[in-house]
Amino acid sequence: MHTLDDHAKDISEDAADEAGPDLSLEMNLKEQDTGAGGTIILFFILGLFASLVVGWIIFPKLLYSNKKQPIDFNHVFHVEEVDNGCESCHFFRADGTFSGAPKLAQCIDCHEEIQGISPDEIKFVEEYVSKEREVPWLIYSRQPDCVFFSHAAHIKGAQMDCVTCHGHMGESESLKVYEENRITGYSRDIWGKSIGGFKKNTWDRMKMDDCAECHRENAANIEITDIPTPTQRLIDHIVNLVPPGTSTFGKGGSVQTERDPCFACHK
Amino acid sequence: MKEGRTHKKFQKFGMVIDLDKCTGCGSCMVACMAENNVPFRKDESNKLLSITWMRVYKLTNGMPFPKIDVCYLPRPCMQCEGQHEGHSPCVSVCPAIATDYSMESGIVSQIYTRCFGCRYCMASCPYHARYFNWWDPIWPDGMEKYLSPNVSPRMRGVVEKCSFCFHRYQLAKDRAFMEGRPELQEDEYQTACTQACPAGAITFGDLNNPKHTVSKMAEPDPKHSGRPKNPNAFRLLERLGTNPKVYYLSSREWVRRAGDNYLKNEKKVKKPVHHG
Repeated sequence: MHTLDDHAKDISEDAADEAGPDLSLEMNLKEQDTGAGGTIILFFILGLFASLVVGWIIFPKLLYSNKKQPIDFNHVFHVEEVDNGCESCHFFRADGTFSGAPKLAQCIDCHEEIQGISPDEIKFVEEYVSKEREVPWLIYSRQPDCVFFSHAAHIKGAQMDCVTCHGHMGESESLKVYEENRITGYSRDIWGKSIGGFKKNTWDRMKMDDCAECHRENAANIEITDIPTPTQRLIDHIVNLVPPGTSTFGKGGSVQTERDPCFACHK
Repeated sequence: MKEGRTHKKFQKFGMVIDLDKCTGCGSCMVACMAENNVPFRKDESNKLLSITWMRVYKLTNGMPFPKIDVCYLPRPCMQCEGQHEGHSPCVSVCPAIATDYSMESGIVSQIYTRCFGCRYCMASCPYHARYFNWWDPIWPDGMEKYLSPNVSPRMRGVVEKCSFCFHRYQLAKDRAFMEGRPELQEDEYQTACTQACPAGAITFGDLNNPKHTVSKMAEPDPKHSGRPKNPNAFRLLERLGTNPKVYYLSSREWVRRAGDNYLKNEKKVKKPVHHG
């Protein structure tokens, strides 16, 4: 195969032969240049590789501190023992608020005395139940102060599953290490395990983007995705005999974003 | 029409304040500060720097002794709707999308984490209802434990304002979800100032719901962007066309005139001038 490059080389070699020693010296210089360039590229690749290692492996290790839960808890075992699934311990109160991590009051029905031989249970009964101290659980999904989240709206209102956001927590046999961001103080579960922010499952991350993903699609059960422009929305209003400006039909309630209003999740 | 698409009717939460009943005691201000974690400083003598989501103003008719009359005027955020969908002064100028008008509740929200403190909204608000945090809040020892967990505290450099106790709406909705009810009762969502007023001068409810007391009291006219039909009712600076959701009642002519900032010798204009 005779490629263009080869062709160019042939020509330049011919030219070199014809022009004599001056040009061939230049050719030598050029060859030396490519040698130095190779070293630069090598250093660039090495530097890039080193930066990637620092950014993807060393930095996350430094950024997050590893904390152990005060007691290891076996979800699988407990889910088998209770009747009502997740809601046996993580339940709604009558006023619609959510209880979150269980308090001693929920555990004490069974664990007034030591039941088995597990060292964690012995520790639990001796250090917490008998002394009437609450267990200082580390909450993986604790959100920043400015976030309003209503479990009732999602579970009772939108009929969502716990798994959608929390993953298969109920199928874990021991509690994972709690990784706390040393700068912000938030759990790593908020940013997600992947430092690059990639996610495969809905429960991999709990950032604002992840909330917005759903809220963009189902802005308070009003479909907005298929009505992109105000004109089309107007047509839609007319077709459906709704006078414009009398319902939020066709868009989210927010004037700024046309999604759900900002107050839906911010407080 | 696609399945699952719903026509939602607007709610438009509003307030009617009866100035004939208001005694100027300031309970609403206290209740508001406690409810919403409003920061304060050791020295609050410079009122221009105080943060008061709800503030009681004192009006006088300026007459000599026997004819002098005083009126107290509580002023929360007016939650302006503007002349068209949510075109309130502050929302339309915010460069950070930090303040938003909700078509579902008619409430102007302020997202503190989004705000970068340019204070354009404060300049645009004709009611001085917005306040800037010049300092980080410092709570007296032990007071942090008394803060409400439902309202996030604000940091230095952001603007804050009355939210009509929106968190109470959220909590009321939680209960409604629990009981499987689609709509809230009138008394389920009430602001802290409404409940704190010992004279019962403040009434709160949905202005779009003719059954609610607020609509009966103020009789808002939807054809004229909510201008009250009740002759004793007025809104602050009606002529600006901000379309506020706070109505005031007063049997006194001079109070109603003061509410729209009429000059002493000016004749009352019948039609409010609209812009925008």
